[in-house]
Amino acid sequence: MTQMDLESSASGTVVPADRAPVIEMRDISITFGRVRALDEVSLRLYPGEVHALMGENGAGKSTLIKALTGVYSIDSGTVLVGGEEHLFGSPAAAQAAGISTVYQEVNLLPNLTVAENMLLGREPRRFGSINVRAMNRRAKDRLESLGIDIDPTSDLGEHPIAIQQLVAIARAVDVEARVLILDEPTSSLDADEVAKLFEVMRRLRDQGVAIVFVSHFLDQVYEIADRMTVLRNGALVEERMVADTSQLQLVKLMIGRELEALERLDREVSATDADESGTPVLRAIGIGRKGSLEATDLEVYEGEVVGLAGLLGSGRTELARLLFGADTADTGEVAIGSSRRKLRSPRHAIDRNVAFSSEDRKAEGVVGDLTVGDNMLLALQASRGWLRPIPQATRTQLVDQYIQALDIRPADPTALMRNLSGGNQQKVLLARWLITQPELLILDEPTRGIDIGAKAQIQAKVAELAAQGMAVVFISAELEEVLRLSDRLVVMRDRRKIDERANRDVSVSDVLEIIAGEARSEQSEQSEQEEGDRA
Amino acid sequence: MPETATLTQRVLRHPLLWPVLALVVLLLINVVVKPNFFDIRMQDGHLYGNLVDIVRNSAPVLLVALGMTLVIATRGIDLSVGAIAAISAAVACTRIVGAGDEAALTTAVLACTYALAVCIVLGAWNGFLVSVVGIQPIIATLILMVAGRGISMAITDGQITTVRNGWFSDLASGYVLTLPLAFIIALGVFVLTAILTRRTALGMLIEAVGINPEASRLAGVRSRTIIWTVYAFSGFCAGVAGLVIAANTNSVNANSLGLWIELDAILAVVIGGTSLAGGRFSLTGTLVGALFIATLARTIPNIGIPSELNYLFKAVVVIAVCLLQSPKVRALFRVHRRGPSVPVLAKGSAA
Repeated sequence: MTQMDLESSASGTVVPADRAPVIEMRDISITFGRVRALDEVSLRLYPGEVHALMGENGAGKSTLIKALTGVYSIDSGTVLVGGEEHLFGSPAAAQAAGISTVYQEVNLLPNLTVAENMLLGREPRRFGSINVRAMNRRAKDRLESLGIDIDPTSDLGEHPIAIQQLVAIARAVDVEARVLILDEPTSSLDADEVAKLFEVMRRLRDQGVAIVFVSHFLDQVYEIADRMTVLRNGALVEERMVADTSQLQLVKLMIGRELEALERLDREVSATDADESGTPVLRAIGIGRKGSLEATDLEVYEGEVVGLAGLLGSGRTELARLLFGADTADTGEVAIGSSRRKLRSPRHAIDRNVAFSSEDRKAEGVVGDLTVGDNMLLALQASRGWLRPIPQATRTQLVDQYIQALDIRPADPTALMRNLSGGNQQKVLLARWLITQPELLILDEPTRGIDIGAKAQIQAKVAELAAQGMAVVFISAELEEVLRLSDRLVVMRDRRKIDERANRDVSVSDVLEIIAGEARSEQSEQSEQEEGDRA
Repeated sequence: MPETATLTQRVLRHPLLWPVLALVVLLLINVVVKPNFFDIRMQDGHLYGNLVDIVRNSAPVLLVALGMTLVIATRGIDLSVGAIAAISAAVACTRIVGAGDEAALTTAVLACTYALAVCIVLGAWNGFLVSVVGIQPIIATLILMVAGRGISMAITDGQITTVRNGWFSDLASGYVLTLPLAFIIALGVFVLTAILTRRTALGMLIEAVGINPEASRLAGVRSRTIIWTVYAFSGFCAGVAGLVIAANTNSVNANSLGLWIELDAILAVVIGGTSLAGGRFSLTGTLVGALFIATLARTIPNIGIPSELNYLFKAVVVIAVCLLQSPKVRALFRVHRRGPSVPVLAKGSAA
């Protein structure tokens, strides 16, 4: 399929004929340690276009952007700016040349005014001090030219994130911007705000700015972008006109053959009824914590996957953390096997064969400067204590076994953890806990931000483990995923459990209705729509 | 683009390259100024010479730096080592002086054992403040850094205590297998530390705690125990250093013994390539760093730097070494080298 698409693009209609590119990156390669992050990737940006940079997580989008803006140095390849070869040594140098970047997180100062933020570092001056009036006037002009109607003397922090983002863009284009890079600008915006952002983007495009748009939302890409470059696994797949590419084609370009893995999984995984006659592996009795979770009961039986469904902030993560002792419960107890007590630290849970993989992979999972092997063995070694090191032969055998079983790439136990892609890091963390042979595995967002291939592999592994008798608590913001894997469904809302049922013929809209409660069906349709967008 | 690193590349990327290079350059400067600098002669079965002096003089800093390396690897710092060394010396010397038979071997052994036990307790106190009470390491150890001097003054009644015990003074001036005993002791602690951290899982767990404390906690690492252990060990190392220093003069001056040694030790650790931000540590690097500092101390009189410029010269050299190790400075060199000379077809030409 991909092959055919490649041929169809050879017609040469993918570039504007009347203009020369403002930026041309040719055959850019970057290697981190032993990991090839970019492999001869090319990118052409033309003035007056919105160019979508597409690809799964780990495809190399942000690496390419950072290579262009001088954050990373390039191993090989050339960057042409306005036809002349140019390498930027730092983001400041790139910005001085008219290449500005606005990141997902707004890097501005909420305690300064809008105008101060826009002109920080290049304030108009008079007699050596800042000319506040000129600064406010200039900021106002700039904002008006972009159609943003806010008071430049107000504090930035007073405004919602969407406005702050627009201010960041206004700041970025205040210097003669030729290229504006927007990295996931819409991820925290609602529909109206996105429309506002697009309006600003169109204005800038019409002024001749080349805009790079990175987003996971396909609909938005189709609404705003003119051309796109698709990356996969650090390599260039194709450069295309958006209008000539269907969404299905695009998805196939982005994920390649890995889509099959996911489709195959859907057939393999089917809900099974757990044996609920025996004692549960884990039983939470009224556990709660002030400000994060109301007293909650939960039972998890051998061989079943319990899915925690709920929106962000519903208490699903909080419940998982209390089950593991990552946070200490104010009320209630956790009974694991025959012991019943308050969990005061993760060690109490680990010693009772419970494992927990946090949603915050980077801050609470990955030990970046240690090797893949050490990361995998960390939990087992910790429970043995430092005086009883794992024998070398066992180490090698365990690490090799899990690298193979989970298809971790690069398959090198001595690679540094921080050089792996998110999906592979997640697999290493999964291996860390599987090596401890837990009876209960709590996975909080194990597939967030990783590519579809790794996602399918992790889901398949979870299903396989449950089939072998392991109890699993599975949390994901993607309801489809929770429904696909779970035998039993626990629905959370407003920091408490609101529903619990066997997962038989439950659909996404059923869950959304439960979450929405007796609320109007209109609202549930809307959130279903949003859910669909996110997927 | 080569997939596997060649030998040259491996050497160039080796973390010990810069420390070793700095040490070699420093030694070469000495030889250039005084061609007989490397001369070593044998007398009464002992080796004598500048190099022998250097390794002997490096012992106290190396000892303190070994403990410091582990503390720094956990994202901590131990400022109290100088004071602990003084307490160690004060305890040992007053025990020897107060013993029935001042010159006996058992007196020396008992006194030293007692002193080291006290130091381990003091180190554990630091560890308690850091890991249980949660005080920032720099503040927690600052307490003992200041109080420790007072404690050692109290132990010695503010007097310079002089001891007459041949066994004790052998710690500094004795020889074993033609080498100074002080260096053998330091080397022994070095090997002990290496075994303690690399033959057990302690080293890996220390690094995990230093790199990502929260991830380590959730993986079940008992970081409290680990932090406690490294501070106690740092106390022990400082104690041994204090004994060696006191043995060198057969006396203890609670005011000046081990003064500023914590700074030399931190320098040795940093020169050796262990980051103050915690995480990966290199004991061999610390060894090289301690030798570098001892060599530097020897170099200053040898090449005829006036004694009033002593500290200034040391500071300049240390700054130079630290700059050489900084990736940013090295990147600067690289950019300057290739900046103007980027060929039109840059592909494959990048370093």
